[in-house]
Amino acid sequence: MNEKSIALALTRIAHEIIERNKGTENVVIIGIRTRGAILAERLAEILSRIGKLSLPVGVIDITLYRDDVQDKLDQPVVQKTDMLFDIVDKIVILVDDVLYTGRTIRAALDEIIDFGRPRAIQLAVLIDRGHRELPIGPDFIGKVVPTSHSERVEVHLTEQDGVDEVNIDRSGRGGV
Amino acid sequence: MSLRSRHLLGLEGMPADDINLILDTAVSFKEILTRKIPKVPTLRGVTVVNLFYEPSTRTRISFELAEKRLSADTVNFSATGSSVAKGETLKDTVLNIEAMKIDIVVIRHQASGAPHYLTSVCQSIIVNAGDGAHEHPTQGLLDIYTIREKYGRIEGLKVVIVGDIKHSRVARSNIWGLLTLGADVSVCGPPTLLPVEMEKFGVKVFDEIDRALAGADVVNVMRLQRERQQSGLLPSLREYSRYYGITTERLKKLNENFTIMHPGPMNRGVEISSEVAEGPYSVILPQVTNGVAVRMAILYLLSGGRGKFDEQ
Repeated sequence: MNEKSIALALTRIAHEIIERNKGTENVVIIGIRTRGAILAERLAEILSRIGKLSLPVGVIDITLYRDDVQDKLDQPVVQKTDMLFDIVDKIVILVDDVLYTGRTIRAALDEIIDFGRPRAIQLAVLIDRGHRELPIGPDFIGKVVPTSHSERVEVHLTEQDGVDEVNIDRSGRGGV
Repeated sequence: MSLRSRHLLGLEGMPADDINLILDTAVSFKEILTRKIPKVPTLRGVTVVNLFYEPSTRTRISFELAEKRLSADTVNFSATGSSVAKGETLKDTVLNIEAMKIDIVVIRHQASGAPHYLTSVCQSIIVNAGDGAHEHPTQGLLDIYTIREKYGRIEGLKVVIVGDIKHSRVARSNIWGLLTLGADVSVCGPPTLLPVEMEKFGVKVFDEIDRALAGADVVNVMRLQRERQQSGLLPSLREYSRYYGITTERLKKLNENFTIMHPGPMNRGVEISSEVAEGPYSVILPQVTNGVAVRMAILYLLSGGRGKFDEQ
């Protein structure tokens, strides 16, 4: 995917969110650090433009909710979670760049629920690459990309990487 | 990112990268403490024993809260009322507790080096919560965190540590940590309460308080350890208070935007006046709040790496 197709995908997702929720009232956007958070900002911007209603955007860092924290040799760097609004009875649109095993989403769901009881949580991802290890599915998808475990989906976004693109690295390093 | 050491024994020799990693991690943990449910599941299944051979209020509660906020299981032990009274040695006590399958030992002990000794006799991760007059690294780190939170940096700040330096493990941990991060550190106290050859730490030494305070940014007031004052090191508490007590009058020497710190427990009216302790420039209670976040960061960073690395 290039800059144009990423922008198109986000615009389509925004329309789907509005259609599904009959507007953007009570909708809040939460992105998963790092690239999910960037996509969340972009999505919120598009939604505010179409829905004519500015939406709250939050960022969560799921490191402390991972199921493999004690197994890693190197502790992941913990970054701040920033959610300066109440999520009780809101419709949370959870945003991430790549959906793979589903474990990140599981961790994010646990963390969000610790902040309160939202009316619903819906998942929006730019790429669904398959290989789920948990019963978790996306509500809004930018693009489905069939991959093998040994491939690596690389999402680059201007804010973080200087360029908007999605590539598949087949060099066999694996992982997301 | 991980710390270079498996244990937290002291700040002497700890690389600046490690100190900064702990401080940066603590910023994220502080946010957790403000949540409606101030708890994360990170250390589920990890058991921590708080082994306290000396009295403690703040450090002990702070460690216990940090452990609970991370969902670890905690066991508290205090020497009074245990088999220590029956003559059981530190080694036997720890080996027996360890036989009940624990992961981390937080230890406070009256003997300098007790935590270091434990690393050679047991398998658990050891965290020093104060050993004799040697080090109190978590207090040092929370003091440094508190300073950094206010000024955004440590380098170049002028920090004066006042009072009973000789008996103070808090002073030593502060000195080592602050010097590593590039602060300009001075100590001030009556010569009888300064260790000999204090200059070798790399700090400036003053015995006159007003000269020490001139142009300082941070004053960290050490507690006068009255329980260790039996040997005639001071003529009287009143005299100590007159020459070294931090009072409103003395604050005029300091830089603008100065900070007053105290690790607690305070002897009000001895090393610090109540007015100063409760004044707007005092960060004594924020220090306590930050202590929980800093200890969470330390427990988190020390508890990784017990399985195979799985790059996914």
